[in-house]
Formats: sequence, C-alpha cells, structure tokens
Amino acid sequence: MELTKDEEKSLNGEHGEALQTAYRILSATGEATDAEKLVPIHWAHVSGVNYNTIGDAGEEFLATLSKNAKFKVRTTINPMGYDKDSVEKFGLDENFIQKQESIRKSYKKMGALPTFSCIPYELYDMPREGTQVSFAESNAAIYANSIGKLKTNKESAFSALASAITGKSPYSDLRKDDFPTMSIAMKVSDPNELAFGLLGYFAGKVADKSVAISGVKTLDKRCNKSMCASMGTSGSCGKFVLDDNSDASEKVDFDEKELQKVYDELNTTDSGDLITLGSPQLGLEEMNDLALMLKGRAFKKRCLIFCPRSIQEQARSLGYAGQLESAGCELMSDCCTCLTPLVTKKDADSVTTNSIKGAYYLKNSNGLDVNLKSLSDIVRDETS
Amino acid sequence: MTLKTIVRGKVSGKVVKSNQPINFLGSVDKKTGEVTDQKHDLFGKKIAGSILVFPNGIGSSVGAYTIYSLKSNNSAPTAMACQKVDLTVASGCALANIPLFILSPDEYENMKDGDEVSLG
Repeated sequence: MELTKDEEKSLNGEHGEALQTAYRILSATGEATDAEKLVPIHWAHVSGVNYNTIGDAGEEFLATLSKNAKFKVRTTINPMGYDKDSVEKFGLDENFIQKQESIRKSYKKMGALPTFSCIPYELYDMPREGTQVSFAESNAAIYANSIGKLKTNKESAFSALASAITGKSPYSDLRKDDFPTMSIAMKVSDPNELAFGLLGYFAGKVADKSVAISGVKTLDKRCNKSMCASMGTSGSCGKFVLDDNSDASEKVDFDEKELQKVYDELNTTDSGDLITLGSPQLGLEEMNDLALMLKGRAFKKRCLIFCPRSIQEQARSLGYAGQLESAGCELMSDCCTCLTPLVTKKDADSVTTNSIKGAYYLKNSNGLDVNLKSLSDIVRDETS
Repeated sequence: MTLKTIVRGKVSGKVVKSNQPINFLGSVDKKTGEVTDQKHDLFGKKIAGSILVFPNGIGSSVGAYTIYSLKSNNSAPTAMACQKVDLTVASGCALANIPLFILSPDEYENMKDGDEVSLG
C-alpha cells in the first residue's frame, strides 16, 4: 500500500504514539486486503466498548491510547456492559463497574459520541449514497452497505478505531465497486424475521465478501436487521443485495431443509426462563410495533428489551415505553443482549429470543441454552 | 516461501491446525487461550505458543481485542498463518505484534497439525 509522505511520517512515529499505533493497524489491514492507498472516511462506528468483551488488556490499552488520541471524524460507539441507570439492580461487582467506567471515560476523552448502540444507522440520517464510512460491529457494517448504500468493509474494532483517529481507511474490497460471486435463492415460503436470520447465518457461512439474494422482493426493518446481524456472526461476508438476476457464477438454494439445519444448530431448548429482545437493539419503529402487538396482553416471564438511550427517551415521550412496561417489559439502554454480563447462569439456564446473533453469543459466551422463536410466536406463547 | 507477510517476524514452533474458520470472540478464552466452542474442531485445545494455522477469521469485530488480550495474558499463538486474512485477525495481530502470514493453497494443504515449522 502506498502511503503519502505525511502518512509515512505518522507510521514512523513522528506525529506521536497514538497516530503511529493507528497507522500500524491500517498498514496491516491495507496489506491484508491488497489496498493501494488510504481514502478519507466520514463516519466511524467503533466496537470494543463492553468490559465483558475487551477485558483488562483492552481497558488498559484504551486508557493509554486516550492520553493523546483524538477522533477526527464523527465517531459513534457500541453498547457497553450495563444500563447506567439500573446498574445497581444487577449485582455486578465493583471491579466490573470501575473498569467499564474507565472505558467509557477513555472513549469520551477521545471524542466519541456516547451512543452505546449497535444500530448507529437508526440514530442518524444516512449520509449520501456511496459515502465512505468505517463501521466495526458487523450488523452495522452490513446494514450500512446493504440498506444504507454506504461503503465500508466489515471493519474490526481496531481498524474502525484507527479510522476514527486518522479519518482514513484502506481503499479495498467493498469500498470499491463490488459484484457478488454467489447468489442464494430464498426458497422458504412465508418467511418471518427468524427465517431471514437463519438465511443470513447460512449466507455468512457460504458466501465470500458479498452475496446476492434472489426470491425476495423487499424486507421490512425487523427482517433486515435480523439478517444483517446473523450474517455478521457466522462469516466474513459484509454485504447483500436483493437481486433476482444476479450474474454470480455460484448458485445455492436455501430451502426448508437448510433452514431446519441452521435452526437445529442454534436452538438448544424448547423453552426459555426469560426473554430478551434486541440484538441488534430495537429502534423506534420496532418499539411502536411491539407495543401494538402487546395491546391488552402481558408477559408471563421476565422480558428484557434492549434499545439505545436516545430511542428509549423518544419512546417514552411518545408513550410506547409506558405501554411496553405495562405489558411487563423491562427497558434497558446502553447495553445489548449480545455479550451482556446481565444475563448469566446465575439468573437463568435458558433464554428465549428471536435473535440469531443473540442466540450464538448467549450460547457460546454466556453458556446459556437458547430457544429461538419469531417475535409473533413469542408474543403468542409467552403473554396472556 | 509464504505468499504474503502481514505482520513481520521470524518464528518457529509446532503447528496447531484447524480446518474451520475462527470467531475469536465467541470461541477462544482470552485468558487461557483455550478454544471453548464445542462445535469447533479445536474444542478443548490450547492455542498458546503454537503456530496457529486456520482458513480465516470470522464473526465479531471485537475478536481483535481477544487476540490482543491473549498476547497480554501470555496465551497467544507464536504466530498465525491463514488462507485469507480478515480485518479482525490482521488488526489484532498488528496491535499485539503477532507475526501473521497468508499461505498459498499448497502450503496450507501441506502444513499438518503437529508439524514443526519455521516462518518469516
């Protein structure tokens, strides 16, 4: 990868340690993707905010970095480990809270917006089509490319952080014009968000950088988010296009049989002790939708709903938050189903959710059994 | 002899090889370097001190922090060698200073679990 004289100086440490670290990361990701140069990016979304996932080494790294790093572009950040308003309810230990607080402060010092959200695409209007951004958090990267028509690779926590500091990213892969080499035919009839989630998980496993999906006219927001999140979990694919006439050389079917295979891999029990909704976090439209579905009904079990704080505040002023709480939901912000320290073996053996991504991490990282159901089935079976 | 070097370094050691991609966040314990995903072919194995050979990284972007943490906890592989390099593995190895190589298809095929190899 060719660097300008100024970029070269930064890489050699002439502009300080923070920029040197950032350029070291970009050089490696540039080499790995055969980029010829760095290009400006206009928005970074950084993952690696939750102490549960980045640990002591991550906390210390960010504390050191933040001493002399400043973000150059708008930088939104992923969820952290808890809801700051209800942290005392969950019996987290003092060390966790202290380390999480340190991470929050490090990001603030570098200039991050305190979004604590995995759905930055619902907090801000999308920039003009084709705008280069740098999104870590796989569901957000895939959403930005596939629905937002922006340009980003499926960035890592460090490559997006380096882009936030430098305002640049290697020009490679999905940042250029991209044509899927595989097309998947959706053959499942009457698919809901769970089916699209399972399709995304399948697609992530078999596709390369991008994939075409045929047999699907349009997708609503819930289905889109479900598919983006599951695709990001299982693979390295960073984009999908709905296209019945793709000239991709490889064609694969996703039928009831394939769907069942993926479902059986992820679903490990018939019933959950509690319910979690929101991985990715729920947006305003989904909160409104759920409030309508729950009219006159109430959950028989504990039901946690994860949404960004700014959306919870809107939902509160519009009345949806109150309606959801009347139906027995607990609203949680700043954090997410995924990799939460709030739902562990101490609290439950199993969880019911409609999120494939949530299921994967609840099982693999939190060690819980998972019951996967569509939202309408959850409302039918778990409320009265 | 490697196709491409992403993070430089001269290393030798014993190969731990997987034929499955690795999601570092969901599947590897960042303290011990043990693979905890029951469905993975490396389940129960420790990757610390090995030349870790695998097709590519997948999944969470935060896996880069897992790689960095492994290094800080002295549980990291000595080096990694892949068929294709994703951004999570590339950036994690760059920050943790773990040598990282892309192998040609033949080299990848010929490298067997338990082999003693030198890279870089």
